[in-house]
Amino acid sequence: MGASEGRGGGGGEAAVHRSIEAVWRIESAKIIATVARMVRDVGLAEELAQDALVSALEQWPEKGAPDNPAAWLTVVAKRRALDRLRHRQLAEHKAPEIGRELDAQHEMAQADFAEAVDAAIDDDIGDDLLRLVFTACHPVLSTEARVALTLRLMGGLGTDEIARAFLVPEATVAQRIVRAKRTLLEARVPFEVPRRHELQARLASVLEVLYLIFNEGYSATAGDDWMRPALCEEAMRLGRIVAELMPDASEVHGLVALMEIQASRTAARVGASGEPVLLLEQNRARWDHMLIRRGLAALARAEALGGAFGPYALQAAIAACHGRARTADETDWPRIAALYDALAELSPSPIVELNRAVALSMAFGPAAGLEVVDRLVGEPALQAYHLLPAVRGDLLLKLGRRAEAQKEFDRAASLTRNTRERTLLLARARACAAVQG
Amino acid sequence: MRFMLLTIPHGYESAAPGTIPDDVDAVAAMMAYNESMQKAGVLISCDGLHPPSMGARVSFPGRKPKVVDGPFAEAKEVLGGYWIIDVPSRADAIEWAKRCPGSENEVIEIRQIQEIADFPPDVQALTSEFASMQAVKKT
Repeated sequence: MGASEGRGGGGGEAAVHRSIEAVWRIESAKIIATVARMVRDVGLAEELAQDALVSALEQWPEKGAPDNPAAWLTVVAKRRALDRLRHRQLAEHKAPEIGRELDAQHEMAQADFAEAVDAAIDDDIGDDLLRLVFTACHPVLSTEARVALTLRLMGGLGTDEIARAFLVPEATVAQRIVRAKRTLLEARVPFEVPRRHELQARLASVLEVLYLIFNEGYSATAGDDWMRPALCEEAMRLGRIVAELMPDASEVHGLVALMEIQASRTAARVGASGEPVLLLEQNRARWDHMLIRRGLAALARAEALGGAFGPYALQAAIAACHGRARTADETDWPRIAALYDALAELSPSPIVELNRAVALSMAFGPAAGLEVVDRLVGEPALQAYHLLPAVRGDLLLKLGRRAEAQKEFDRAASLTRNTRERTLLLARARACAAVQG
Repeated sequence: MRFMLLTIPHGYESAAPGTIPDDVDAVAAMMAYNESMQKAGVLISCDGLHPPSMGARVSFPGRKPKVVDGPFAEAKEVLGGYWIIDVPSRADAIEWAKRCPGSENEVIEIRQIQEIADFPPDVQALTSEFASMQAVKKT
């Protein structure tokens, strides 16, 4: 950086700032995790890491960046943590042995800065990172708080970036994070990886948070703000990190597979004028086949670990059936129907059931699908869900029951909030009427 | 954004056929570097390339293919290998390149990989089959 980095890469303060931001994106989670192990408080750890970032922003543009920026930031943050611990100890008159330990640590910290930096380079902080993920996604926090805290602590995102991504005011996000940190402190949530008996449930919470972040970006088909697709990428990056940290946890690989395969369709999901394009009508040449390959590899890993029937792995397996088919006609519908059977058994929901009905109709004809859909008609959770009448209408039409199909399309049109979709559904209703007429 | 980090080791242009990295420490350092990118969730793929003396060049004088076996007397800079990474910005790609345990004679060139969305609509239409071609090359 500075003098050592030529035109384009260096060249002025703005470039140095961009470089510091990049270091921060790569390193912040590790620094926060390292400091949190010392101070046992992720909120404080994040503040101390932020302090180190501020020092870097002050010093590097003038003095040039250190040879190892990551280790520099870590050492500065750790020293601040030690100062904080000493203050706290003095204030609280803690037991003398703790004092001695701190003195020893402090002595070490006062040793040659360069040596400390060298030591920081070789630190294996994998376990601390895992502790950080589990703490940020702790069930004592509301879902919204978990999402915000995870993006902040693990993703290194600023409150402004999180606010833009979730289309809420920055103050709301800032508040959410402050409250979350306080909650963790008040509930005395330990900075640790959960023990065996609760690991399953706690991991489910982590995966849920990552998938929520992904979906927040993925469901925004408008996509006029770059932060929305960036959320998908962030969720995938975090997923891959957790997968590396917990290589034997099959469901992590299942979730990574699901996200990669879904994300592979991003470019094909929106038409030239911004309209959503349904899966079976997408131009598959526009799918990102590198992401599909990665997704299939992650799915194979989940299955090899015996996790083929986890909820994410099952959804990934369904997505993989589409991903493997070069054309919509080549889709292995019987397999998709079987996977939906398994999913419906594992985590039954009316939405899964509706999807299962579609798969059945594609595999075994419209009557097989209609049988399942008809059982859903009275389902309270689906009363305002436009896709129920839309699917039913489609199946009725295929069976030649045009009058009934028309009613369903009209009903679906009245339920959807999406203008483009409404236009399409009304057109289908009119087409039914025209033939009858 | 995807970037390719290309290594250009000086001297490799005249390396003998079969030259392979044999410095155990250097290879170990490089593996640790690769692993750090994998753990950070950014590494997509990486490969090393055999020296140009084992390769060939095809040029098109008068639009007709002409084959020349390596090594290539005129080449000053040749590729030694590459990484493909997926990162949020060019600055991140540069930051990762800076961390490479490169030796004195090495240069890393950072190049962003073109994506379909980078092209104007009329060119996009022409390249619509491109992604599926990429699918064929590796599974």
